[in-house]
Amino acid sequence: MAGATTFHIGIDHAHRFESKAATRETPLVKWLILGVSLTFFVVFLLMPLIAVFVEAFRKGWETYITALVEPDALSAIRLTLLAAVISVPLNLVFGVCAAWAIAKFEFRGKQFLITLIDLPFSVSPVIAGLVFVLLFGAQGWFGSWLSDKDIRIIFAVPGIVLATVFVTFPFIARELIPLMQAQGREEEEAAVVLGARGLQTFWYVTLPNIKWGLMYGVILCNARAMGEFGAVSVVSGHIRGQTNTLPLHVEILYNEYQFAAAFAAASVLAVLALVTLVIKTWVENRAAQSHKDSTRDDAS
Amino acid sequence: MAATKTFRVLPGFNITLGFTLAYLSLIVLIPLSAVFLKTTSLSFAEYWHVVTAPRVVATYKLSFGLSLVAAAINSVFGLMLAWALVRYSFPGKRLVDALVDLPFALPTAVAGIALTALYAKNGWIGQYLDPLGIQVAFKPLGILVALVFIGLPFVVRTVQPILEDLDTELEEAATSLGAHRWQTFRHVILPILLPALLTGFALAFARAVGEYGSVIFIAGNIPMVSEITPLMIITKLEQYDYAGATAIATVMLMLSFTLLLIINGLQAWTSKRTGRDR
Repeated sequence: MAGATTFHIGIDHAHRFESKAATRETPLVKWLILGVSLTFFVVFLLMPLIAVFVEAFRKGWETYITALVEPDALSAIRLTLLAAVISVPLNLVFGVCAAWAIAKFEFRGKQFLITLIDLPFSVSPVIAGLVFVLLFGAQGWFGSWLSDKDIRIIFAVPGIVLATVFVTFPFIARELIPLMQAQGREEEEAAVVLGARGLQTFWYVTLPNIKWGLMYGVILCNARAMGEFGAVSVVSGHIRGQTNTLPLHVEILYNEYQFAAAFAAASVLAVLALVTLVIKTWVENRAAQSHKDSTRDDAS
Repeated sequence: MAATKTFRVLPGFNITLGFTLAYLSLIVLIPLSAVFLKTTSLSFAEYWHVVTAPRVVATYKLSFGLSLVAAAINSVFGLMLAWALVRYSFPGKRLVDALVDLPFALPTAVAGIALTALYAKNGWIGQYLDPLGIQVAFKPLGILVALVFIGLPFVVRTVQPILEDLDTELEEAATSLGAHRWQTFRHVILPILLPALLTGFALAFARAVGEYGSVIFIAGNIPMVSEITPLMIITKLEQYDYAGATAIATVMLMLSFTLLLIINGLQAWTSKRTGRDR
């Protein structure tokens, strides 16, 4: 279901439509559409974003900084980073393997496989957490075996990592599969015929072609990994200083009516979201640039 | 698989497909199958009793109903926003275009507390709505606001590329044949956009039904009134009623799988209609 997040190369089309009488609206209609859609944008997207920062600084800088350097906040930041550092590379390796197999080869059941890869997108985060409780929780399938061995997965760090891996599972594969399918396999076949080994072919031929799509997938995967709430909330057990990620830390502070501190922690996540959007826009522009360059090369 | 036995130049098929299937099974398929196997610990009568309990049915009505309304609101305003982004130039356009994806990037818990702050009685928006007798935060209306927030980019980002690819010739032909602008939109443009618009609607709906983080802060979470289905699952889990939580989860999963199939069909329709890959 990543359909909507799929990488698309942005080129401004407005002049194409605004320059012709047949493809533009009367000024009244135009201003009406602009007014309504931008008001909607401001009320639903911009104001929540601004509210995070205003609420975070409501009690001044000192409270803000204090909220971020207290041990529980720092440990939440560490755990959030850990979950991302494990789940993003795992899903990156998976995404590349899946895209290679699906894009470069023909086999039966391919379409079904693509649908299965999409599954985690359509599963509620709460259910994503639930499945791991059913497997590894005290009453779960492996529960008694794990407690004999004194291994904790649920209400501990491994459960948080597992839930994060699950919810971010399709992100990178979903970007790479259509991209590599569109590029075909001629270039790789030429490299192999000329004597390149498999990994050389991937590294020198495939990777330069997919680097922007790859980066795009990694950024979105990382944003979700660091921001996941529902799935992680189910498996975490909310043990302060131990199994709290930053989003869960926000929830705990908020429920304790420590609003300034909750919004301070939330503002860190909001900055992360903004950085994600900046890198994403940059990647799209670079991809548009290299797309333009390559079509120019083809023409000459 | 005799049909696939052609000579392959490229290496790595077995290892990449093998790893893909192993990882998929380990992370997704086996854990999800646990949900369905767990429900077998209930008899059918018990299962039915759990999933049709009045409090649970109230959550379905709320979750599915509000998700439908939110997806419909997003379809209308998302289409307008996509239209404005593709067809008009205005200052700050690149910023607006980039920020449309904010709900994808902003953690849901952050969105939840921010929306609650805005729509609370003394919030920036809530203070103007309160004298009018409209309460948003801690009411079902608040859930709707959160679901609109998280669903908006799905509609904009599925409709936008189709709008960009639209040939101006079609509209010029319609106009030269005497069609009004509205007639051109209604009979020429809208049919082309329809599959993408429906896909966006379905994606926004699917996301809204399962949404948890952004909703629970603003919902109020009152049983029978403002309790969503994912919260019901959490409530059962907290009472160590694993079988009950799982039973409700299967209802949601079956709906999700149905939606996934519908969305795949819609996307195939979109690409057939417009010649785009997706």
